[in-house]
Amino acid sequence: MNKTVIKALIPLLIFISLVILLYSGLGKDTRLLPSALIDKPIPEFNVPSLLTGKRIDNETLKGQMYLLNVWASWCPNCRIEHPIVTEFVRQNIIPVYGLNYKDEPADANAWLNQFGNPYKDILVDIDGLVGIDFGVYGAPETFLIDAQGIIRHKIVGELNPYNIQNEILPLIKKYK
Amino acid sequence: MKKLQLLLIPLLILAFSTSAIDIHEFETEEQRLDYQQLTEELRCLVCQNQNIADSDAGLAKDLRNEVAKLIKQGQNQIQITDYMVKRYGEFVTYSPPMGADTIVLWVMPLLVFLIAAFVLIRGIKRNSTQANHSEDDS
Repeated sequence: MNKTVIKALIPLLIFISLVILLYSGLGKDTRLLPSALIDKPIPEFNVPSLLTGKRIDNETLKGQMYLLNVWASWCPNCRIEHPIVTEFVRQNIIPVYGLNYKDEPADANAWLNQFGNPYKDILVDIDGLVGIDFGVYGAPETFLIDAQGIIRHKIVGELNPYNIQNEILPLIKKYK
Repeated sequence: MKKLQLLLIPLLILAFSTSAIDIHEFETEEQRLDYQQLTEELRCLVCQNQNIADSDAGLAKDLRNEVAKLIKQGQNQIQITDYMVKRYGEFVTYSPPMGADTIVLWVMPLLVFLIAAFVLIRGIKRNSTQANHSEDDS
Protein backbone atom coordinates (compact mmCIF):
# COMPACT_ATOMS: atom_id res chain seq x y z
CA MET A 1 0.00 0.00 0.00
CA ASN A 2 1.46 3.35 -0.86
CA LYS A 3 1.46 6.37 1.44
CA THR A 4 -1.52 8.07 -0.19
CA VAL A 5 -3.84 5.14 0.42
CA ILE A 6 -2.80 4.89 4.05
CA LYS A 7 -3.28 8.61 4.57
CA ALA A 8 -6.70 8.44 2.97
CA LEU A 9 -7.74 5.64 5.34
CA ILE A 10 -6.92 7.57 8.51
CA PRO A 11 -10.13 9.65 8.62
CA LEU A 12 -12.10 6.45 8.00
CA LEU A 13 -10.34 4.66 10.86
CA ILE A 14 -10.94 7.59 13.17
CA PHE A 15 -14.59 7.59 12.15
CA ILE A 16 -14.96 3.87 12.78
CA SER A 17 -13.37 4.09 16.22
CA LEU A 18 -15.69 6.97 17.09
CA VAL A 19 -18.68 4.95 15.96
CA ILE A 20 -17.63 2.03 18.15
CA LEU A 21 -17.00 4.30 21.11
CA LEU A 22 -20.29 6.15 20.85
CA TYR A 23 -22.34 3.06 20.06
CA SER A 24 -21.15 1.43 23.27
CA GLY A 25 -22.72 4.30 25.17
CA LEU A 26 -26.13 4.03 23.53
CA GLY A 27 -28.98 2.69 25.59
CA LYS A 28 -27.36 3.43 28.93
CA ASP A 29 -29.36 5.58 31.29
CA THR A 30 -26.71 8.07 32.34
CA ARG A 31 -28.74 9.25 35.32
CA LEU A 32 -28.24 5.90 37.07
CA LEU A 33 -25.15 6.01 39.23
CA PRO A 34 -23.24 2.96 40.47
CA SER A 35 -23.20 2.80 44.23
CA ALA A 36 -20.00 3.89 45.92
CA LEU A 37 -20.74 1.49 48.78
CA ILE A 38 -20.65 -1.87 47.02
CA ASP A 39 -18.73 -4.40 49.15
CA LYS A 40 -18.54 -1.88 51.97
CA PRO A 41 -20.34 -2.14 55.31
CA ILE A 42 -23.64 -0.37 55.85
CA PRO A 43 -23.28 3.00 57.58
CA GLU A 44 -24.05 3.35 61.25
CA PHE A 45 -27.53 4.42 62.11
CA ASN A 46 -29.97 4.35 65.00
CA VAL A 47 -33.56 5.20 64.16
CA PRO A 48 -37.06 4.38 65.35
CA SER A 49 -39.13 1.67 63.74
CA LEU A 50 -42.30 2.78 61.99
CA LEU A 51 -44.00 -0.45 63.00
CA THR A 52 -42.91 -1.07 66.58
CA GLY A 53 -41.63 2.28 67.86
CA LYS A 54 -38.47 0.54 69.13
CA ARG A 55 -35.01 1.59 67.94
CA ILE A 56 -33.30 -0.15 65.05
CA ASP A 57 -29.58 0.13 64.46
CA ASN A 58 -27.09 -1.49 62.12
CA GLU A 59 -26.38 -4.20 64.70
CA THR A 60 -30.05 -5.19 64.87
CA LEU A 61 -30.05 -6.23 61.24
CA LYS A 62 -26.90 -8.36 61.28
CA GLY A 63 -27.05 -12.12 61.04
CA GLN A 64 -29.32 -12.43 58.03
CA MET A 65 -29.24 -11.44 54.41
CA TYR A 66 -31.96 -8.96 53.44
CA LEU A 67 -33.14 -6.31 51.02
CA LEU A 68 -33.40 -2.73 52.20
CA ASN A 69 -36.05 -1.02 50.13
CA VAL A 70 -36.08 2.78 50.11
CA TRP A 71 -39.64 4.04 49.70
CA ALA A 72 -41.97 6.89 50.57
CA SER A 73 -45.69 7.65 50.33
CA TRP A 74 -44.97 10.56 47.96
CA CYS A 75 -43.08 8.35 45.52
CA PRO A 76 -45.25 7.22 42.57
CA ASN A 77 -42.83 4.55 41.35
CA CYS A 78 -42.85 3.00 44.80
CA ARG A 79 -46.52 2.30 44.29
CA ILE A 80 -45.72 0.66 40.95
CA GLU A 81 -43.01 -1.42 42.57
CA HIS A 82 -45.13 -2.43 45.56
CA PRO A 83 -46.76 -5.58 44.08
CA ILE A 84 -43.30 -6.80 43.05
CA VAL A 85 -41.98 -6.31 46.58
CA THR A 86 -45.04 -8.03 48.00
CA GLU A 87 -44.60 -10.98 45.66
CA PHE A 88 -40.89 -11.24 46.49
CA VAL A 89 -41.70 -11.38 50.20
CA ARG A 90 -44.39 -13.95 49.55
CA GLN A 91 -41.75 -16.25 48.05
CA ASN A 92 -39.91 -16.22 51.37
CA ILE A 93 -36.41 -15.91 49.91
CA ILE A 94 -34.98 -13.25 52.21
CA PRO A 95 -36.77 -10.62 54.29
CA VAL A 96 -37.30 -7.07 53.05
CA TYR A 97 -36.81 -4.13 55.37
CA GLY A 98 -38.07 -0.70 54.45
CA LEU A 99 -36.35 2.66 54.72
CA ASN A 100 -39.12 5.23 54.86
CA TYR A 101 -37.28 8.13 53.23
CA LYS A 102 -38.13 11.80 53.85
CA ASP A 103 -41.71 10.94 54.67
CA GLU A 104 -44.27 11.73 57.35
CA PRO A 105 -44.93 8.65 59.52
CA ALA A 106 -48.66 9.39 59.37
CA ASP A 107 -48.59 9.43 55.55
CA ALA A 108 -46.41 6.32 55.49
CA ASN A 109 -48.83 4.41 57.71
CA ALA A 110 -51.81 5.50 55.62
CA TRP A 111 -49.98 4.27 52.51
CA LEU A 112 -49.27 0.89 54.11
CA ASN A 113 -52.85 0.54 55.25
CA GLN A 114 -54.03 1.21 51.75
CA PHE A 115 -51.57 -0.93 49.79
CA GLY A 116 -50.43 -3.52 52.30
CA ASN A 117 -47.24 -3.94 54.33
CA PRO A 118 -44.64 -6.44 53.03
CA TYR A 119 -41.81 -5.20 55.27
CA LYS A 120 -40.36 -7.12 58.18
CA ASP A 121 -39.62 -3.77 59.77
CA ILE A 122 -39.32 -0.17 58.64
CA LEU A 123 -36.65 2.40 59.45
CA VAL A 124 -37.93 5.94 59.88
CA ASP A 125 -35.74 8.51 58.11
CA ILE A 126 -37.74 11.71 58.18
CA ASP A 127 -34.95 14.12 57.25
CA GLY A 128 -33.15 11.79 54.87
CA LEU A 129 -29.91 11.68 56.86
CA VAL A 130 -29.71 7.88 56.88
CA GLY A 131 -30.39 8.09 53.15
CA ILE A 132 -27.41 10.39 52.64
CA ASP A 133 -25.16 7.92 54.48
CA PHE A 134 -26.39 5.16 52.17
CA GLY A 135 -25.86 7.33 49.08
CA VAL A 136 -29.59 7.44 48.36
CA TYR A 137 -30.59 10.08 45.87
CA GLY A 138 -34.20 9.19 45.21
CA ALA A 139 -36.89 6.62 45.70
CA PRO A 140 -37.35 3.78 45.05
CA GLU A 141 -33.92 2.25 45.53
CA THR A 142 -33.07 -1.18 46.92
CA PHE A 143 -29.93 -2.50 48.59
CA LEU A 144 -28.93 -6.15 48.91
CA ILE A 145 -27.11 -6.57 52.22
CA ASP A 146 -25.49 -9.76 53.46
CA ALA A 147 -25.49 -11.29 56.92
CA GLN A 148 -22.31 -9.42 57.92
CA GLY A 149 -23.86 -6.10 57.01
CA ILE A 150 -21.92 -5.65 53.76
CA ILE A 151 -23.73 -3.99 50.86
CA ARG A 152 -23.49 -6.32 47.88
CA HIS A 153 -25.69 -4.60 45.31
CA LYS A 154 -27.85 -1.56 44.76
CA ILE A 155 -30.75 -1.15 42.37
CA VAL A 156 -31.66 2.41 41.47
CA GLY A 157 -35.30 2.62 40.46
CA GLU A 158 -38.01 0.04 40.84
CA LEU A 159 -37.51 -3.62 41.54
CA ASN A 160 -38.94 -5.61 38.66
CA PRO A 161 -38.99 -9.29 37.72
CA TYR A 162 -36.06 -8.69 35.35
CA ASN A 163 -33.59 -7.20 37.80
CA ILE A 164 -34.71 -9.54 40.57
CA GLN A 165 -34.05 -12.52 38.33
CA ASN A 166 -30.79 -11.29 36.81
CA GLU A 167 -29.21 -9.18 39.51
CA ILE A 168 -30.65 -9.99 42.93
CA LEU A 169 -31.13 -13.76 42.88
CA PRO A 170 -27.65 -14.64 41.56
CA LEU A 171 -26.06 -12.44 44.22
CA ILE A 172 -28.21 -13.94 46.96
CA LYS A 173 -26.93 -17.34 45.90
CA LYS A 174 -23.37 -16.08 45.81
CA TYR A 175 -23.26 -14.44 49.23
CA LYS A 176 -25.58 -16.58 51.27
CA MET B 1 -43.98 54.37 31.88
CA LYS B 2 -41.74 55.31 34.82
CA LYS B 3 -43.48 52.73 37.05
CA LEU B 4 -42.80 50.06 34.46
CA GLN B 5 -39.12 50.99 34.40
CA LEU B 6 -38.96 50.77 38.19
CA LEU B 7 -40.44 47.29 38.02
CA LEU B 8 -37.53 46.28 35.80
CA ILE B 9 -35.02 46.52 38.65
CA PRO B 10 -36.45 43.82 40.95
CA LEU B 11 -37.24 41.69 37.91
CA LEU B 12 -33.65 41.89 36.72
CA ILE B 13 -32.41 41.01 40.17
CA LEU B 14 -34.68 37.98 40.24
CA ALA B 15 -33.58 36.98 36.77
CA PHE B 16 -29.92 36.96 37.75
CA SER B 17 -30.21 35.25 41.10
CA THR B 18 -29.74 31.56 40.52
CA SER B 19 -28.84 30.27 43.96
CA ALA B 20 -31.55 28.58 45.94
CA ILE B 21 -32.63 30.48 49.04
CA ASP B 22 -31.09 28.99 52.17
CA ILE B 23 -30.13 30.82 55.31
CA HIS B 24 -26.88 29.51 56.74
CA GLU B 25 -25.01 31.61 59.26
CA PHE B 26 -21.27 31.10 59.45
CA GLU B 27 -18.87 32.42 62.04
CA THR B 28 -15.96 33.23 59.76
CA GLU B 29 -15.62 34.53 56.23
CA GLU B 30 -13.48 31.48 55.42
CA GLN B 31 -16.35 29.18 56.37
CA ARG B 32 -18.75 31.12 54.20
CA LEU B 33 -16.31 30.88 51.29
CA ASP B 34 -15.87 27.15 51.86
CA TYR B 35 -19.64 26.73 51.74
CA GLN B 36 -19.92 28.69 48.53
CA GLN B 37 -17.12 26.81 46.79
CA LEU B 38 -18.23 23.39 47.96
CA THR B 39 -21.86 23.87 46.95
CA GLU B 40 -20.73 25.07 43.55
CA GLU B 41 -18.47 22.07 43.02
CA LEU B 42 -20.78 19.32 44.22
CA ARG B 43 -23.23 17.94 41.70
CA CYS B 44 -26.94 17.64 42.36
CA LEU B 45 -27.66 13.97 41.70
CA VAL B 46 -31.32 14.57 40.95
CA CYS B 47 -30.88 17.43 38.48
CA GLN B 48 -27.53 16.20 37.27
CA ASN B 49 -26.62 19.24 35.23
CA GLN B 50 -26.73 21.52 38.24
CA ASN B 51 -24.57 21.97 41.26
CA ILE B 52 -26.21 21.80 44.66
CA ALA B 53 -25.94 25.58 45.05
CA ASP B 54 -28.37 26.18 42.20
CA SER B 55 -30.61 23.13 42.33
CA ASP B 56 -34.08 23.31 43.89
CA ALA B 57 -34.27 19.53 44.40
CA GLY B 58 -34.99 18.24 47.88
CA LEU B 59 -31.77 16.26 47.92
CA ALA B 60 -29.77 19.37 46.99
CA LYS B 61 -31.21 21.19 49.98
CA ASP B 62 -30.35 18.23 52.24
CA LEU B 63 -26.80 18.16 50.91
CA ARG B 64 -26.40 21.93 51.35
CA ASN B 65 -27.49 21.52 54.97
CA GLU B 66 -25.06 18.65 55.38
CA VAL B 67 -22.20 20.73 53.94
CA ALA B 68 -23.04 23.62 56.29
CA LYS B 69 -23.17 21.23 59.24
CA LEU B 70 -19.79 19.73 58.41
CA ILE B 71 -18.22 23.17 57.94
CA LYS B 72 -19.46 24.22 61.36
CA GLN B 73 -17.96 21.01 62.79
CA GLY B 74 -14.61 22.27 61.52
CA GLN B 75 -14.10 20.11 58.45
CA ASN B 76 -12.23 21.51 55.46
CA GLN B 77 -13.10 21.33 51.76
CA ILE B 78 -11.06 18.19 51.13
CA GLN B 79 -12.67 16.33 54.01
CA ILE B 80 -16.18 17.35 53.02
CA THR B 81 -15.63 16.40 49.39
CA ASP B 82 -14.30 13.02 50.53
CA TYR B 83 -17.39 12.60 52.71
CA MET B 84 -19.63 13.10 49.69
CA VAL B 85 -17.55 10.96 47.34
CA LYS B 86 -17.53 8.13 49.88
CA ARG B 87 -21.32 8.05 49.78
CA TYR B 88 -22.12 9.01 46.21
CA GLY B 89 -19.01 8.23 44.17
CA GLU B 90 -16.73 10.42 42.05
CA PHE B 91 -19.61 11.64 39.93
CA VAL B 92 -20.80 13.89 42.75
CA THR B 93 -17.87 16.24 42.34
CA TYR B 94 -17.52 18.49 39.32
CA SER B 95 -13.74 18.28 39.44
CA PRO B 96 -12.77 14.62 39.40
CA PRO B 97 -9.25 13.87 40.58
CA MET B 98 -6.58 12.78 38.12
CA GLY B 99 -6.62 8.98 38.09
CA ALA B 100 -6.13 6.04 35.76
CA ASP B 101 -9.76 6.20 34.69
CA THR B 102 -10.03 9.97 34.39
CA ILE B 103 -6.68 10.58 32.74
CA VAL B 104 -8.30 10.30 29.30
CA LEU B 105 -10.69 13.05 30.30
CA TRP B 106 -7.89 15.40 31.20
CA VAL B 107 -5.41 14.55 28.46
CA MET B 108 -7.73 14.13 25.46
CA PRO B 109 -8.48 17.81 24.73
CA LEU B 110 -4.76 18.65 24.81
CA LEU B 111 -3.97 15.66 22.63
CA VAL B 112 -6.61 16.55 20.05
CA PHE B 113 -5.35 20.13 19.98
CA LEU B 114 -1.74 19.03 19.46
CA ILE B 115 -2.70 16.62 16.67
CA ALA B 116 -4.82 19.28 14.97
CA ALA B 117 -2.02 21.84 15.26
CA PHE B 118 0.47 19.33 13.85
CA VAL B 119 -1.72 18.49 10.86
CA LEU B 120 -2.45 22.15 10.24
CA ILE B 121 1.19 23.20 10.28
CA ARG B 122 2.15 20.37 7.96
CA GLY B 123 -0.67 21.37 5.64
CA ILE B 124 0.47 24.99 5.57
CA LYS B 125 4.08 23.96 4.96
CA ARG B 126 3.09 21.68 2.13
CA ASN B 127 0.98 24.37 0.51
CA SER B 128 3.83 26.84 0.66
CA THR B 129 6.29 24.34 -0.87
CA GLN B 130 3.74 23.54 -3.57
CA ALA B 131 3.44 27.21 -4.32
CA ASN B 132 7.24 27.42 -4.67
CA HIS B 133 7.70 24.25 -6.76
CA SER B 134 4.99 23.23 -9.10
CA GLU B 135 5.66 19.52 -8.50
CA ASP B 136 2.98 17.14 -7.49
CA ASP B 137 4.22 15.21 -4.44
CA SER B 138 1.53 12.49 -4.29
